[in-house]
Amino acid sequence: MPATDEIDIKSLSFEAALRELEEITRSLETGEASLEDSIKLFERGSALKMHCDEKLKSAQMRVEQIVETQNGIKTKPYSDDKN
Amino acid sequence: MPVLNQTPSNIPEFSVSELSGAIKKTLENGFSQVRVRAECGRVTIAKSGHIYFDLKDDKAVINAIIWAGTARNLKTKPEEGLEVIATGRITTFEGQSRYQIIIDTIEPAGMGAILAQLEERRKKLAAEGLFDETRKKAIPYLPKTIGVITSPTGAVIRDILHRITERFPSHILLWGVLVQGDKAAAQIVHAVEGFNALSPNGETPRPDLLIVARGGGSIEDLWCFNEESVVRAVAASEIPIISAVGHETDTTLIDYAADLRAPTPTGAAEKAVPVRAELDAYLSSVEGRLKSALLRRLNNAKLELNAIQSNFPKGQDLFAYQAQQLDNIELRLLPALQSQISKANNLFAKTGTKFGTHLLGQDLRLKKQNLSALENRLAQGVKSTLRHEIIKIERQKDAATQVFGRLSLAFKQNTNSLTVKLDSLGNRLNILDYKNVLKRGFALVQDKNNQIIKSAEAAKKAHELNIIFADSGIIAQIKPQKPEQGNLF
Repeated sequence: MPATDEIDIKSLSFEAALRELEEITRSLETGEASLEDSIKLFERGSALKMHCDEKLKSAQMRVEQIVETQNGIKTKPYSDDKN
Repeated sequence: MPVLNQTPSNIPEFSVSELSGAIKKTLENGFSQVRVRAECGRVTIAKSGHIYFDLKDDKAVINAIIWAGTARNLKTKPEEGLEVIATGRITTFEGQSRYQIIIDTIEPAGMGAILAQLEERRKKLAAEGLFDETRKKAIPYLPKTIGVITSPTGAVIRDILHRITERFPSHILLWGVLVQGDKAAAQIVHAVEGFNALSPNGETPRPDLLIVARGGGSIEDLWCFNEESVVRAVAASEIPIISAVGHETDTTLIDYAADLRAPTPTGAAEKAVPVRAELDAYLSSVEGRLKSALLRRLNNAKLELNAIQSNFPKGQDLFAYQAQQLDNIELRLLPALQSQISKANNLFAKTGTKFGTHLLGQDLRLKKQNLSALENRLAQGVKSTLRHEIIKIERQKDAATQVFGRLSLAFKQNTNSLTVKLDSLGNRLNILDYKNVLKRGFALVQDKNNQIIKSAEAAKKAHELNIIFADSGIIAQIKPQKPEQGNLF
């Protein structure tokens, strides 16, 4: 079950993971869940937070320019040197 | 009847064709290059591509023609109601005795006319539903790839890239286009359609957000963003589009069709991506809430457990009765010892020399034995009571284990301190054993009746004294005393 959870989280987009994290936090904050479930919620929340963190940290600027060729759309690294 | 003799004229006679031809020549020579300001009337576009329409003002009308070849290159096309300045030449249509203007160029007459034309077009496209709010697509929160359609050079792309880098580094695909002039509209349409045609998983990934941008300029400079083809392409895009054309005060029709309008290219970058640092901070705050929520939950569980535990007897309560018993026994023990001592004293006094002090010692030893037996019984009694209690407690919940540990420690301490107290009482009894006092050189003085004589006055009154030493006693007679002789001892 933790294994499928991990795969499941890895496939989430940042905003989906963040949304679920917010939901989990809210439901944990109501304190209505059993102790067992609370701990499970916390673990899932922590995993989601790590996933979001990774998404944030892995963001890198990459700029490419579209080039139209006979074989279709290609890209080349963009440089502003004409200016 | 007089015959009306008309004077033959020397004016040459024309055939109709000749006349029409002459008029044509006159008009075409006289009006070979004219500029006319007029409002466009009804516009008809023939299958051939030629455009037939009226140019009019409040008093007159003139037919106008734009040949298909000319029409293709015109920036402004005639629209009914549009005020234009047309340039062309006058010609005639001889078959119907009509003259007309063949137009080479046509342009909107003045700003008011341009805006009126724009408004007309906006209304028309709005009526088609192209600008409906329900058509607007949501801008992704964190786009994976952003397609930017603008000039590949200049401040606009630089500003956008700079602001995106600053906020949230992303993957940018730039589709360079002309952003003004005759070819701009077609290129922009092509770029919008090109991005939409990409596959999400292709070699060049399809962007999940597009930005169409241009810097500030005159209304003529920005005109391509009002072109119907551009507006339609933007409205039809499956990828959400942020438009950012000109300055904040400039509004082009593309702004109505886009899913989101940004006031400037920099503004478009701000609407396209969130600020990573803020997301970081927000994530941390959510994580903090998550942690404290769990802590609160755990604390609540602890409180619940405590509430359950409080229904079990407390350690000190379990032992309160025994402790009180111990105290009672101890309180009774000391007077009992003292009374034993005083009894011993009496016995000693009674027996006098007839009994050796070893007997007293024996008696005391016996009492000490009794005492230690009492002590043992006491400890056993306490122990067995406590053991009984502990067995009862052990049957209770596991959660109380910790408490039981403390209880058994308290039990040990209690019995230990009892033993120590009893030992010390035994020592005090030893010290009180007056045989030991006699051994140190003191003597006990009694009268005939074995009453202890405690003062010289009492001794003077007695005729005989029993003086008891450590080894044995002697009988002494009292002589009449001189006052200065003082105490016998």
